[in-house]
Amino acid sequence: MAKLDFDLPKLGPNLEIPVLQPDAMLGDGPFVAKPDHQDKLGFPGELVDDWQQVAIDKMGELLGKYRSFKVYLDSCVKCGACTDKCHYFLGTGDPKNMPVARQDLLRSVYRRYFTFAGKHFPKLVGARDLTEDVLDEWYNYFHQCSQCRRCSVFCPYGIDTAEISMAARDIMDAVGKGQKYCNEIIGKVHKIGNNLGLPEPALIDTLEGLEEDIKDDTGIDVKLPVDVQGAEVMLVTPSADFFAEPHIDGLIGYAKVFHQAGISWTISSYASEAANFGMFIGNYENMRKVSQRIRTAALELGVKRIVFGECGHAWRVAYSFLNTLAGPFDFLDSRYPVPQHICELTNDLIGRGALNLDPSANDDKVVTFHDSCNVARASRMGDMPGGQFEIPRAVIRASVNRFVDMADETIRDRTFCCGGGGGLLTDDLLELRAKGAMPRVQALQQVVDDHGVTHMAAICAICKSQFSKVLPMYGLPMDMIVSVHQLVGDAIQLGTKD
Amino acid sequence: MSVTSILFALAFYVATAVLVFGLLHRIVDYARTPAPLKIPTTPAPTTRSGVVVRMAEEVLLFRSLFRSNKWIWLFGFAFHAALAVVLARHLRYFTEPVWLPVQLIQPFGIYAGLAMVGALAMLWLRRLAVSRVRYISAPSDHLWLLLLILIGASGLAMKFVAHTDIVAVKAFFLGLLVFDWQPLPTDPLLLLHLTLVLALMIAFPFSKLLHAPGVFFSPSRNQADDPRERRHLAPWAAELENR
Repeated sequence: MAKLDFDLPKLGPNLEIPVLQPDAMLGDGPFVAKPDHQDKLGFPGELVDDWQQVAIDKMGELLGKYRSFKVYLDSCVKCGACTDKCHYFLGTGDPKNMPVARQDLLRSVYRRYFTFAGKHFPKLVGARDLTEDVLDEWYNYFHQCSQCRRCSVFCPYGIDTAEISMAARDIMDAVGKGQKYCNEIIGKVHKIGNNLGLPEPALIDTLEGLEEDIKDDTGIDVKLPVDVQGAEVMLVTPSADFFAEPHIDGLIGYAKVFHQAGISWTISSYASEAANFGMFIGNYENMRKVSQRIRTAALELGVKRIVFGECGHAWRVAYSFLNTLAGPFDFLDSRYPVPQHICELTNDLIGRGALNLDPSANDDKVVTFHDSCNVARASRMGDMPGGQFEIPRAVIRASVNRFVDMADETIRDRTFCCGGGGGLLTDDLLELRAKGAMPRVQALQQVVDDHGVTHMAAICAICKSQFSKVLPMYGLPMDMIVSVHQLVGDAIQLGTKD
Repeated sequence: MSVTSILFALAFYVATAVLVFGLLHRIVDYARTPAPLKIPTTPAPTTRSGVVVRMAEEVLLFRSLFRSNKWIWLFGFAFHAALAVVLARHLRYFTEPVWLPVQLIQPFGIYAGLAMVGALAMLWLRRLAVSRVRYISAPSDHLWLLLLILIGASGLAMKFVAHTDIVAVKAFFLGLLVFDWQPLPTDPLLLLHLTLVLALMIAFPFSKLLHAPGVFFSPSRNQADDPRERRHLAPWAAELENR
């Protein structure tokens, strides 16, 4: 592996709160979007002339549209509860990665232009003018937040830095300073239907190849159908599932589940993406436009149910926002939740005895589970609060014999982000990603040492890609990260229920 | 009637108006601003009554803060609980006859006052000593603690150092309530205490003390987790559907 041009934080026996290292992550931020990327999303191509005024106007607009934004900017008392909760702070020591300090980059401007105290006594309350330096600082540090909401769990007022960073990115897009990675991808979804820009023929070709692989492996004809009219289920899954490792093994797992349960299903080539980066950039219109593709596809294919594959932020958008953005879904079968998570579906099937799983097929593994942030803190599965923790674990336990959880304070709603969420899964932010992964890797290393854990399962495409990249930097094997449905797929005994 | 009494009487009317209307303005503003998306921090209650329980745990017990940091919780909770007792105890200056519950808590008031000042001092010490918290502190964050400590200390000083004529003080405030102005004693400690309280009342609606109403409007805490069951649509978002 190539030598890193930065120092990784050391993994200790315990997670230490770092000493403040001001400006440790000072920089220009990720690559800036080109005019072409901006145009497709309805944003100005480059920094507009009167950008300060446009930014302040946009901030005013968002203050009127989002109660969260307004209340969170007003309510912080600087108690310090969040200061040691962000994985990017823990991994970098940069004080501007403390959630409250990150919020203050924007709150200081809010106070200057929108509050009595900030207008008349700026020094007293830490208010400041919106200058080009401030904009650059926003661009850098609001792209060091993965919108994972860990800070909001611990805030006495529930202040969610994700809401602030989304608003900041929306404001920056409005003045013409967008992020290349997110905006280029959203453009591809608008045009083609998925983050990869994978057109229908290529998608069909890829899935046919997978069908052959499964046939070679198992001798069974397991189908991965595309655009099948009248199928029972439309599967919406992150496009990474079509080509990336270990994602693809998860997709094979879903296919095997549908196959054994005898559920007719299809992927849509029009809505061939579960991810919705519109959320990352905090832009309601783009997020809505991406979501609408799913509604359109479901109507055109005449399906009865919508099921989402393993993807963290996609599940947040699907579970929490899809009904708002693209509902109502009264044309679907109301006996099933709309939308449904693949883990909910598999868990129900396991409960009904519809799947024949042999966990001993995974006896070469000792598995732990990484709660993905958006699933853990911004969604639910099943009927009970906390189902998002129990259901994936139940699916894993049905598929493997040896399962171990990581330390309590690093799982469930206190889970650590993988370090690559929120639109940061790009190589121009590799140093940030590597350092931000430290708290999770530290907890993982502990169960590797104490319990011989060999694999970490996840239900998020970003987590899987991120860990594949950063685990080797910490001396752990790249293929340690697996899809939950890879475990299911390996345990499922095809041909025994048909 | 001295000039001082008249000035303080007028100041209390102004400060009360600023506090009440300032807060009302803010609360109405929060209430009118839509929350377009369902963003409860999960796991979250799935029903409205569940949300009431969650909010009560936050407001009365500071549950999230407890999970976050035991020291901040201890000092923060001690301060707020003590402040509540102290404020309740002060109702005796505004009621005649004094309500029974207010009578019953009188013996605890002084201990609460001491606890309040002690907790504030510890919060300030923490703000100064922990580099992370010092980093995020603006001058106003220090001044608020100073103001609250001075209010508490000047109040306690009237108990332990130099008494004022509290019968006259009570007459002054009861008079204010019915627009029948009475003279206010002019002991320096009393005037200091009241001046600082006036400053707090006036600054409240323009400051981080807005966390008091703000917490009730925090979507991550006050929303029920039911987006699949109920379609949630803000008015401005509904307009997008008609385009």
